[in-house]
Amino acid sequence: MNKHILFLITNRIIISLITLLIIAVIVFVATTLLPGDTATILLGQSATPEAIEGLRKAMHLDEPAFTRFISWILAFLHGDLGISYSNNMPVADMVGRRLLNSLKLASVTTAFAVPLSLFLGVTTAVMRGSLYDRAVTIFTIGVISIPEFIVATTAVLIFAVYLKWLPALSLTADIDTLAGLLRAYAMPVITLTCVVSAQMIRMTRAAVIDALASPYVEMALLKGASRKRLVLSHALPNSLGPIANAMALSLSYLLGGVIIVETIFNYPGIAKLMVDAVTTRDLPLIQSCAMIFCLAYLLLVTIADLIAILSNPRLR
Amino acid sequence: MANLVEIRGLKVEAKTDANRRIEIVKDVDLDLVPGEIVALIGESGSGKTTIALTLMGHTRTGCSISAGSVMVDGQDVVQMSEQQRSRLRGAVVSYVPQSAALAFNPAKAIMDQVIEVTQIHGIMPAEEARQRAIELFRALSLPNPETIGERYPHQVSGGQLQRLAAAMALIANPKIVIFDEPTTALDVTTQIEVLRAFKDVMRRAGAAAIYVSHDLAVVAQLADRIAVLRNGEVQEMGQTVQILEQARHPYTRELIAAFEPHRAPVVLNEIDERRPLLDVENVVAGYGWSKIDSSLLVKAVDNVSLQLYEGRNLGIVGESGCGKSTLACAISGILPAVSGHIIFDGRELGPGYKERTAQQKREMQIVFQYADAALNPARSIDDILGRPLAFYHGLTGEAQSKRINALLDMVRLPTSLRGRRPGELSGGQKQRVNFARALAAEPKLIICDEVTSALDTVVVAAIIDLLRELQQELSLSYIFISHDLSMVQAICDKIVVMYQGKAVEELAVENMTQPQHPYTQLLFSSVPKLDPNWLDSLARERPILTA
Repeated sequence: MNKHILFLITNRIIISLITLLIIAVIVFVATTLLPGDTATILLGQSATPEAIEGLRKAMHLDEPAFTRFISWILAFLHGDLGISYSNNMPVADMVGRRLLNSLKLASVTTAFAVPLSLFLGVTTAVMRGSLYDRAVTIFTIGVISIPEFIVATTAVLIFAVYLKWLPALSLTADIDTLAGLLRAYAMPVITLTCVVSAQMIRMTRAAVIDALASPYVEMALLKGASRKRLVLSHALPNSLGPIANAMALSLSYLLGGVIIVETIFNYPGIAKLMVDAVTTRDLPLIQSCAMIFCLAYLLLVTIADLIAILSNPRLR
Repeated sequence: MANLVEIRGLKVEAKTDANRRIEIVKDVDLDLVPGEIVALIGESGSGKTTIALTLMGHTRTGCSISAGSVMVDGQDVVQMSEQQRSRLRGAVVSYVPQSAALAFNPAKAIMDQVIEVTQIHGIMPAEEARQRAIELFRALSLPNPETIGERYPHQVSGGQLQRLAAAMALIANPKIVIFDEPTTALDVTTQIEVLRAFKDVMRRAGAAAIYVSHDLAVVAQLADRIAVLRNGEVQEMGQTVQILEQARHPYTRELIAAFEPHRAPVVLNEIDERRPLLDVENVVAGYGWSKIDSSLLVKAVDNVSLQLYEGRNLGIVGESGCGKSTLACAISGILPAVSGHIIFDGRELGPGYKERTAQQKREMQIVFQYADAALNPARSIDDILGRPLAFYHGLTGEAQSKRINALLDMVRLPTSLRGRRPGELSGGQKQRVNFARALAAEPKLIICDEVTSALDTVVVAAIIDLLRELQQELSLSYIFISHDLSMVQAICDKIVVMYQGKAVEELAVENMTQPQHPYTQLLFSSVPKLDPNWLDSLARERPILTA
């Protein structure tokens, strides 16, 4: 039995690695397909053809795409993300700081959103059809439907402009004290929690309702089990797989998809870095950011799948 | 003796999707004295499970008790709060579900679930409960009683799970046990072991029981009294022997009559021995084909040969997992056979349906067990029957419409049903439509895969009569795949018994009651009989078959 599960897990991880390789190819091809010649853009319209040719050679742009891909991926594997075209800084340094910021924001949001969604999802499932359930459902559907920039700007309008409780921008130096940190993160976290929780609440609710309708829960009810026991010890363990998957999908949004929130609150995260890189046609930076987003996504989905495998007693 | 249970004027209402209220239990009175086993018998939808569940104050979603009282051990369950009811559940009244395979939580070890009742109600410490559970496992003659509890539900067989569910119900020494069709999902050979275990353990525990079932023969082995239900009303109630021998109500008589061998005198047609309609030779089929070593992971059908002649009927019987349905799939080409020959009407067929001509496909039709699953719920009966007519015969418009009417007439359904969807028909009606769909192709051979096992006894008899009539009108041949011996014996002139993928015996009509192979003997002797002493009179030591 254990051998079997080990096989499943290694299998799953190998599939992830293959996916990653395919992603690398796609990212590389997509960035090469970007219109315009990098050397021309870097040197400007007035550069001489000789200068452009020289730069192309220096940047190995004249080599075939395949060799460029191989050297890029090999460097990537060694942790060398290349040198930024626009400011000659190592990409690793630029990304590193921003990634840390993004991860901070993402983890604070996760710390709030996951327990909140689990709680609301499970309680609405248990009280299905009640006023509470309907209120939460309407709220979540509302939040799914409203674009996040409206949520964000409304939050700024209320908390920063009228109530003056929180700063409108998160780019404050004062994040060393707990109070400062809370103040700086409050609004982005609220906005992001709204965005990612809605889906998680709905999926959790659906998964738990599914499990609650099963014959084994009725059996437990007929054994005299309390509601709490029905949900926590019978329904929830069986809906862990689908819940973990829904969570992974929602949380993956927190790295790549937060560009709007980062822009509105002027938060120096990695999504903003990538968008800036696109405008300056900074290929190594774009490639690195894209790879990081895909890696994070893949990591989350793989973890969710592993949880699903491990929580299934047929495989355990 | 004072009554342990007194149900008076019980009414249960169900709310339909259209918010209409219908009474599914109408004014039922029922008593139960300590230590007595009362059976509730009736077809599906007769309200038998609903009544049994009211003893625990439980109604399924959409249902509610609208009137009456259910006194259990001196207290009215109807008046209780949900909290008071949960104190009753498991401790005073316990439940053995229809499908233990679904009623066990797949994510928890069996022992934890068996002793859960004692933990919820704080009846005994966990260690003591575990000891008691092991004793019960032993009493229920489960294998490895010491360790079986450590396994997960998917690691034990269906018959074992059903007995484990009984242990789960008995662990807290309840006064009443509700058995809800506990052996319906089991093979007859397994059913005997489970019934015997139930009987022994109930005798020892001295608890009272409500036994819900649609099978009169099963109930006759266990019950002291029988209540016959129909449409949510008690039609007749009495001592078991009295019900079996002097049934007064016509419905009860109908139920009993369904057990009589209703074999019509067979007039076998002349056949040409050299030219069978279907000749299956050494067919091997299964799942998990590996190209590397050219072998099957699971060989479900192992070298089976059989012949069927025109106008004759062949029965294929065996327990679940013996490969009989796989054989049907191999013959019809749904699952291509790995080796062997299938010769139909003088010509060899390709193994997969893709390699067969439209005419070959048309001439061999298959009818599946669950009409519910086989008929598209979003289509009207008109569409369902029109499709094969257009596909095989190119019939459209007026001609198609006429043919649909004729088909419905053949299966004895009114043409007014044409506009309805499958969900608006009863189980028996759906199965008739399922047949009409096969008949639309004008086949020579119809393979019936467990076509009656989802139907009530009385309906089965009607369907069999219909099939026989259709055979005479249309000169059809049937293959019946079934685990129900009496059904197959009623209509077939040859029976092939399958066991572990092999055809172990072939019985012709004249020696159908004298099987030679030990497995066939075991199978035939396992079919419950109406005689209340049947179970006790069976030899304790039955032949044990090894693979």
